Amino acid sequence: MNTKLTQLSAALFLTAFAAVALAQTVKVGVVLPYTGGGAEFAQQVDRGIQTFMKHNPKAFGPYKIEIVKRDSKNPSGAEAKTAVQELIVQEKVDILTGFIYSGDAIASASLFTEAKRPAVIMNAGTAWITNLSPMIARVSFSMWHAGHAMGEAAAKNVKAKTAVVGYSDFPPGKDSLDAFKRGFEASGGKVIDEIPMGGPGQVPDFTPFFQRAKDKKPDVFFVFVPAGDHALAVLKTYGALGMRAAGIKLIGPGDITQDIKLQAMGDNAVGLITIHHYNADLDNAQNKRFVEAWKQDFGPNTTPDFMGVQGYDGMAAIAHVVTTLKGKIDADAAINALRGWKYDSPRGPISIDPRTRDIVMNEYLSEVVKSGGRLVQKNIATLTAVKDMCKELGEGRCKQ
Amino acid sequence: MNAATELARRHRWRWWEALPWIAALAAFFVFPTYLAFGTQVLITILFALSLDLVLGYAGIVTLGHAAFFGAGAYTVGMLAAHWGWNEPISGLVAAAFVAGAIGLASGLVLLRTHGLALLMLTLCTMALLEQAANMGAAWTGGFDGMPGLSFSRILGLFSFDVLYFRSQYLYTLAVLFLCFVLVRMLVYSSFGQSLTGVRENLLRMHAVGAPVRTRQVLAYTVSAALAGVAGALFTQSNTYVNLAVLGLERSAGVMIVLILGGYGRLYGAFVGAIAYMVLEHSLAKAYPTAWQLGLGLTLVLVALYARNGVIGILVSLRRRFAGTAR
Repeated sequence: MNTKLTQLSAALFLTAFAAVALAQTVKVGVVLPYTGGGAEFAQQVDRGIQTFMKHNPKAFGPYKIEIVKRDSKNPSGAEAKTAVQELIVQEKVDILTGFIYSGDAIASASLFTEAKRPAVIMNAGTAWITNLSPMIARVSFSMWHAGHAMGEAAAKNVKAKTAVVGYSDFPPGKDSLDAFKRGFEASGGKVIDEIPMGGPGQVPDFTPFFQRAKDKKPDVFFVFVPAGDHALAVLKTYGALGMRAAGIKLIGPGDITQDIKLQAMGDNAVGLITIHHYNADLDNAQNKRFVEAWKQDFGPNTTPDFMGVQGYDGMAAIAHVVTTLKGKIDADAAINALRGWKYDSPRGPISIDPRTRDIVMNEYLSEVVKSGGRLVQKNIATLTAVKDMCKELGEGRCKQ
Repeated sequence: MNAATELARRHRWRWWEALPWIAALAAFFVFPTYLAFGTQVLITILFALSLDLVLGYAGIVTLGHAAFFGAGAYTVGMLAAHWGWNEPISGLVAAAFVAGAIGLASGLVLLRTHGLALLMLTLCTMALLEQAANMGAAWTGGFDGMPGLSFSRILGLFSFDVLYFRSQYLYTLAVLFLCFVLVRMLVYSSFGQSLTGVRENLLRMHAVGAPVRTRQVLAYTVSAALAGVAGALFTQSNTYVNLAVLGLERSAGVMIVLILGGYGRLYGAFVGAIAYMVLEHSLAKAYPTAWQLGLGLTLVLVALYARNGVIGILVSLRRRFAGTAR
């Protein structure tokens, strides 16, 4: 009898112990394109996640975080959806995060809702993604954040009256065009020409597009192209056609001055005016610590860019959820905890809009200058607490 | 059994042909949390099977087969999004018609060429469709795709299972079975025989007065329609479609699957899709950043030592075994 009692109490004790242990581990599923064309982006976000976990060990309180990574491979959405489905039904993750391509988040939205799993979007920038599921919160950006802010800044800070817009012909490009136009024309400017400049796949010959822009003689030429090789070609063409000498300023969202590509752009980039929510040269204490930790962990020649900081802030958001809910993740409570969440990020103060579950953050207008033998982004002006204007204005699919 | 009777009986169903279907049904019960992945495998099998008809049987080398997959995928997507036509089975039929029509129209032009010219033209057809889908973003959703598609109950009975993909799996399996029976009938018919003749010796087929081009175009059209059904199943099971259904990656991927399994062998599509996708899936799970290395090495080994694919290995093993037993 006595042994039975001992056994029983031991079993009870073990069960209780197991329950505590279970409650204290939060499983986070990370879905990123670790291979293929998006691997460089995934690496940035992944390193952002690692940097937060390593350098903020106390942020999660007594709770343990278990990260389960899955490769979303190509941007078809189907691979990401399968990964999300398996993370939910096999791994039983509590929270999902990652998502570089918009399609990956769009395809997975129905799963977040059906399975009631909160999802923290770390990149995917199509504005209306947050409308697809009440389980989505976004810590990255929408194309409208930079586009609309650039429109305002072009009129107010750069003092431009007329603009020509050149854009890569795919959704982020078109969103950028719409956003810039709304911001610029609301501030008294006028867009006098809109030039689609090929797709995001191959780098086109930009000369005819730039010549057309030059002939219109605008004050500024707003360009949206994907980061990387497109941006390099844009700068080369801009220099070759002598547009700067003709008095036309080249402006754009910060995708074209991505930190990891900036040094490769050479002196052509000097004078380029961009707006974005982050660059590695931002002058604040959080960012200094972040960049230093990054270089220490991943090598002195590496640098975080806007995707790195999004991964970092995403983990900060998850840490907030975990500590607020004391390690027991209830989906509705998690999303409510994220509504109105404020954080002192390397990109400055950020918060999640309680209404739209999208990020509110500063946009930094900066100019590329040469300093100490390297290209640096010098801050010209800061637009504070910028919201996703697509949802504020209720444009197209952003209407709720 | 002498060779002649074997040849005469080769269209008959054999006992082992039931195995893949029993295995697929067993997988439904054994791996209930893997059915989203399983559905993708079944769709790839159907897509590879459609490619086998042109590549393996008719000997038409194409790199643009995703054009038809995409046409089917977008047909059901656009019908559901813009006209509220979300009945799944009639959607499949519509997808087959649209993809088949594109196959017929492009086949009439393309199949006048051979070799590299044909390869390039198939690639161009796909690129044209891809660009059309990109430019018609108001209709297709472009790069961001069409979100929030919904389809009504299958046969009015089974609703699509958002989380576990149970109904999608069985539905895809049933469609795959019907398509397989059709393809099997085709390749063992006199039509199938003449296709093999075209593949093996084009000049002789011309010389015996066979309507070579008509048969090629017909095979191309049927294959396109089947690829369209695969694409339609893809959209229906994912309730999402974007430009990636039309990429070279998909065309080349399905070709690798078919070659890995063994082309011109009906079951090559099954073996190839399962071997490739299960290997990829498990490697990618274990090593999310480095799985391509393992997959690549395997493919190199297959290319070096098993030219006829996995089925080829099985066949030669059986021959060797039969040889020693005698």
